[in-house]
Formats: sequence, structure tokens, C-alpha cells
Amino acid sequence: MRSSLKQLLTVAFGLFVVFFAIPTLAQNHSDTTAEQHKEVAHKSEGEFNVAETILEHIKDDYSWHLFGHTSVSLPVILYTDKGLDIFSSKNLLDEHHEPVVYNSKYSYKLFEGKLKVAKADGTLDEENTAKIWDFSITKNVASLFISVIILLVVFISVGKAYNKRGVTSAPKGLQSFIEPVIVFIRDGVAKPAIGSHYGKFMPFLLTIFFLILINNFLGLIPFMPGGANLSGNIAFTMILAVFVFIVVNFNGNKHYWQHIFWMPGMHWSMKLFLAPIELVGVFVKPISLMIRLFANITAGHVLVLSLICLIFIFKTAYASAIAVPFAVFISLIECLVAFLQAYIFTMLSAMYIGMATVEHHHEDHH
Amino acid sequence: MYFLELDPLVTPSIGLLFWSTVAFLVLFFVLRKMAWKPILNSITEREQGIEDALSRADKLKADMSKMASENEALMQKAREERAVMIKEAKEASDKMIAEAKEKAKGEYDRIVGDAQQAISQQKNAALTEVKNQVGALVIEVSEKILRRELSNKEEQEKYIKELAQSVALN
Repeated sequence: MRSSLKQLLTVAFGLFVVFFAIPTLAQNHSDTTAEQHKEVAHKSEGEFNVAETILEHIKDDYSWHLFGHTSVSLPVILYTDKGLDIFSSKNLLDEHHEPVVYNSKYSYKLFEGKLKVAKADGTLDEENTAKIWDFSITKNVASLFISVIILLVVFISVGKAYNKRGVTSAPKGLQSFIEPVIVFIRDGVAKPAIGSHYGKFMPFLLTIFFLILINNFLGLIPFMPGGANLSGNIAFTMILAVFVFIVVNFNGNKHYWQHIFWMPGMHWSMKLFLAPIELVGVFVKPISLMIRLFANITAGHVLVLSLICLIFIFKTAYASAIAVPFAVFISLIECLVAFLQAYIFTMLSAMYIGMATVEHHHEDHH
Repeated sequence: MYFLELDPLVTPSIGLLFWSTVAFLVLFFVLRKMAWKPILNSITEREQGIEDALSRADKLKADMSKMASENEALMQKAREERAVMIKEAKEASDKMIAEAKEKAKGEYDRIVGDAQQAISQQKNAALTEVKNQVGALVIEVSEKILRRELSNKEEQEKYIKELAQSVALN
């Protein structure tokens, strides 16, 4: 247990150091973007809305903001009852970044950041909105693709390194950076949580661990290719939780189901009482995974943005003397949280799998 | 209405759900084949190799120490045997010497006895001969004396003296 804690700290510290430079960059960027918001706010309404600014930064978007008024337009893909509709997201905004109606198979317009169908007079058309399915490559989807490409490049090259260099030579370069993390997941997470048959679940655990980890860190980088709050998005965490749910319940053995529906070693009335609770637990476990990751990552982003917003609340540059060091400090903690949440998600997934697949010996347990 | 303001935050969008599923499945199946299996197999294989090497080394060490102790025992046994052999040889030689001495002494005794016997025999023989010669001489002398006595008394005495002298010379 001690050695695994040590490994955990080593890995956390290593990653910590790697991403040390980022919070500083984050500050510069946040400053500039926030200033722009200030300008915009002064121009348009003369009022700085903190909640709106923060929500704008953490929610999904159809374009990827780079700097100033420059942003990358992303493809909008809509599946409608009139067929696929694909166009660039730059059509949805005018030069003042105000939503405009774009006419294609339907008339599309952004309503509070969401693409919907507009009527001829520019108001929301609920009826037709229900007919379109939005599969757009949004900022989060693009960020997801970037993270997937990074993971594929890194891990396929590492996998090749093992094939090429054989097992007799010591790991080198990227290989030696990745191997301790993989061994940590195996020895610190999978083995103690699942037991002797952990091997079957290792690919799944490693995939979710590294996918969450890289997206947590990409989320901390304030500019492209980071900046998207993917692991703080409920859709992303929901899909991960759904896969955990599927893996756990498809691998659950008869003891697992017996413990849910007819708890052994109990009075029949207790069994009846426990069955619905256990059944709810089956769903609550992945839901707790979903909410934990979403809430932790989003909360971290909100905290950093709130601290930066202090400057605009007090309307003085001197506030940055307090706000920036605090934001740096929180960003450093976020680096730790980024690792920790990936670890916790993987650890709990492994424990749920372990609970569902363990070979029970009733005389030992009850 | 406040809840609706937070709506985008807690409402999953179909697009991201779809792309997340696709991305996760692609990532999972590609990495499982191209990365996790070779990496995990290699790590396991290496660990197994190290473990084997260590256990082999341990076994070798144990064998070596066993061999060393066996050697030591063998040496000890050899030393004991040598001591026994030396002791036995010494005993045998001592016994041989003692026997030889004994035999020599017996021989000596026998030779001395024989010699003494021979000496005493010869002495007896010599004495007998002396006695015989003395007897013969006495007879001879007595004869001569008797003859002279019969002729001359003076001459007789002189002759006895002569005889006596000749006897003494003999």
C-alpha cells in the first residue's frame, strides 16, 4: 500500500512538473480575453456579467476562439428530415459576433449558443427544431478528436517500441515515461480492486484513465489545442459512465445479480426491502462517476475564471495582484485534481468491476 | 427560469454524446490491439523474465552453498579417514616391529641356548677326553715309574721329577 502511494505521488508530481508552465500562460490569456470581454461589455451594455462570462467559457461552442476576434470556424453537421446539412459555423455569426439566420435546408440561428431553427421573423421555431439532430463538430468534439489523435500517436508509438525493442532492453524515452503509469494502473488500481482476473479489464481501464487524464490537462490549457471543457462536460462523462455501466453489468456474475435481487443470508422481508435499493445502486454508481468528474472539472474552471473576474468586478488592474497569484495557485491544484479525478474514475470503475466479478464465498462473508 | 439559464451546462447534447461514443470505441479497440496488449504483454514478460532470473540465481546460490557444504563434509570425511589410516598404519607397523622384536628375541634365545648346549656338550666331551688322557697318562706314567722303580731308586725319583715337569709343561 505504501509503495503504491509512493508511485501515485511520483506520477502526480511528474505530471505536475510537466504542466508547470501552463498556469502562467493561462493567466496571460485569461487576462487578454477578459479584457476583451470588458471592452465588449462596456460597448454593448456597460455592465460586466460574471456568470455569463464564466458560463460562456465553460460551455460548448460552435467555433474555437483563438485570440482577440479571431476564432476557428468548425463544421456544423445537422441530420434533418430533409437529409444531412453541413456548413461552416462562421455562417452563424456576423462580423460583430452576433447570431444571424443562415438559410440552408432550414433557417438556422443560434439561440443562447444553441443552434435552433428560426422562423421567418427570426424567432424560435420549436416544431422544426425537434426535427434536426445536431452532430456538429463543436469545440468539445474537436478537442476530443485532438485528444484521441494524441493518445493514438503516443500509445501506438509506445506499443511499437515494445515490439521493436523487445522485452530484454530497458524502456526508453516516451516508453519509460508511460510504463510506470501503466504499471501503476495495473498494480495500484486493477490488481487490488479486481483480483486475479484483472487482465481482461486492463485495456478498458487504461483507455478511460488516459482519455480522462489527457482531456483534464487539455482543459487546463487556456488556448488551442486546449481550452475546451470536455471532461467538465456532462455528455462526455455520461458516455464514459455508460461504458463503465455496460462493462460492469455485462461482466457481472451470478453472485452479483444474486446480491442485487435476492441478497443471500437475509430474512425474506429484508431481501424484498434490499432489492430495490440494490437495483437503484446499479444505476447510481455510474451516475456518481459521471457527476463527480463533471462537477470537479467544471468547478475548477469556474474557480479560476471567478478569480480572474475579480479584476473586472473591482474594475482596477491592482486587483490582479491578488487575483493572479490565487488563480495560479488554483491552477496548480487543478493539475493535481486533473490527475486525481482520472485516477478516482478509474479506481472506482475497477472497484465496480471487481464487485461484479468477484467469486463470493458466502460462508466467509455472511 | 434560473434552471434554464444553467441548462447548457447539465444537458448533454446529442452531438457530443454521439462523437464521444465513436471516439471512445475507436480509441478502445485501436489501442487495445496496437498498444495495451503489446505493452502489457511485454511488461509481464519482462517481469516474468526478471523473476525467473532471480529465482534461477537463488537456486544457483543454494546449489553452490550446498555443493560447498558437501565439499566441506567430504574433506572432513577424507581427513578423518586419513587420520584413521595413519593410526592403523602406525599400529600395524608397531605391531610388526613388536613381532619382529619378539621373533628376534626368540631366535636369539634359541641360538644362545643352542650355543650353550653345544658349548656344554663340547666342554663335557673335552672333559671326558681330558679325563681319558689323564687316565692314560697316569697309566703310562705309572707304568714308566713302575718300570724305573724296578731298576734304580735314585734314578727313579729323578725320573718322577722329570715326568712331573713334563706333565706340568704339558
